[in-house]
Amino acid sequence: MASAISTLAVPVWRRSAPWIVPALLVLLWQWAATHGVLTSRILPAPLAVLEAGSRLWQSGELWAHLKISFWRAAIGFGIGGGIGLLLGLITGMSRRGELLLDTTVQMIRNVPPLALIPLVILWFGIDEAAKLFLVAFGTLFPVYINTYHGIRSVDKDLVEMARSYGLRGWPLFRDVILPGALPSILVGVRFALGFAWILLIVAETISASSGIGYLAMNAREFLQTDVVVLAILLYALLGKLSDYGARQLERVWLRWHPAYQ
Amino acid sequence: MTQTTVTPSAGVALTLRNLSKRFGDQTVLQALDLDIRAGEFVAVVGRSGCGKSTLLRLIAGLESASTGDVRADGSPLDTGHFDTRLMFQDARLLPWKSVLQNVGLGLSGAWQDKARAVLAEVGLAEHAHKWPSQLSGGQRQRVALARALIHEPQLLLLDEPLGALDALTRIEMQQLIERLWQQHRFTVLLVTHDVEEAVALGDRVLLIEEGRVGLDLPVPLPRSRVRGSAGFAALEERVLSRVLALPDREAIPEPEPVALGALRWAL
Repeated sequence: MASAISTLAVPVWRRSAPWIVPALLVLLWQWAATHGVLTSRILPAPLAVLEAGSRLWQSGELWAHLKISFWRAAIGFGIGGGIGLLLGLITGMSRRGELLLDTTVQMIRNVPPLALIPLVILWFGIDEAAKLFLVAFGTLFPVYINTYHGIRSVDKDLVEMARSYGLRGWPLFRDVILPGALPSILVGVRFALGFAWILLIVAETISASSGIGYLAMNAREFLQTDVVVLAILLYALLGKLSDYGARQLERVWLRWHPAYQ
Repeated sequence: MTQTTVTPSAGVALTLRNLSKRFGDQTVLQALDLDIRAGEFVAVVGRSGCGKSTLLRLIAGLESASTGDVRADGSPLDTGHFDTRLMFQDARLLPWKSVLQNVGLGLSGAWQDKARAVLAEVGLAEHAHKWPSQLSGGQRQRVALARALIHEPQLLLLDEPLGALDALTRIEMQQLIERLWQQHRFTVLLVTHDVEEAVALGDRVLLIEEGRVGLDLPVPLPRSRVRGSAGFAALEERVLSRVLALPDREAIPEPEPVALGALRWAL
């Protein structure tokens, strides 16, 4: 009986342990807000944030902003990550490609994306393209570097073996090089997803008429701290969600890897 | 258990003439002449760096010769009229493919049934759907052997394939290789640093010294060979004494005798 309880208790403990500290922090926050330690102008109570959330949800406003932000992050990441993957494959697979492209990519990589904002606003105004450009620019390089590195670090012995078994061209790439580079590429994807949200926040706060960043900036104008905090929490949630998605990809695509068994 | 659906394939005869290989100004193989009969099991021994692995890689086509050529049944190697398979010291299985997919590497069409049959031949039928990382070192080498056998090779090149295995697994693998060779009758070139293994398996033991054939010794013992027998021991002794007669190229220099005075400082 006692052992049955303890075998059940272990997973419950392991599942709940990571959430103990956040839960305590929220409780402390609620207590401080209701007892006047924190004024609502500095930090509204968690319940007030929840109320703001449900109010905006019911009016449909929240869903609209969430949708547009998620769409921007996804499209921007798709474009940037796609270009990064392609460039990484080219420079990783061919010496000539590396000679021709790598220096250029490394130079552009060292430009902080946020330094481009003035130029981006001049080019695109506060159009959708501005946000997509910034997200794509920021996500290109993590994917590029990790793809390039992943392909270069594929086990040479495996490639030699595959060649001696007659694999050339596309089959060699599909069966040996790409799977060998995949762990590294997925690390790049996770980096890039984190980066996508950071850039999107900045882009939406500076120049947007929709999206979560706009929601926060608009609320600031009307001193709605509850909505500002809600927006910040939504970003955290979306970042966590996309990281979770990337980890699920790892679990499916890297299921052969001892680390995922 | 040992039933086979793989048709026996006759071996190929090899003729090596004036074969040399240089890396920069270092000569690894010097004007090697060698004849290997079809279906013969030749064991190649020698010290590290004597050129025995290079010889194998030349025949496998992984390196190109500086001079001379290798002919198989009279025609040059690169015409590709016959099938050569190489087994490496490490199994070199693709970790992202199942055991069965690894065996079927490079095959198209309906290869699955044949792959299962070959896996059964090496005694791994029930491991077909595992990942290579879930197998032991010996099992991985058996998968590599199955991957070579599915192509019904006429020439099997073994580059110290058992070097990394423990003693018991190694003897099991030796018996497996011998049995499969007796069934399929392909030509085998086995490179090993283990003289006992060479005498146990080879029709001939070939000693490579400094890029040349130093000793070409037929092994007239009946199979399967008993390691403790007098004839076996005599042959093993003969090869070993010849190997040991030459100074080791990679010998570690003797440490300088340490003066007592220096030791006191260290204490």
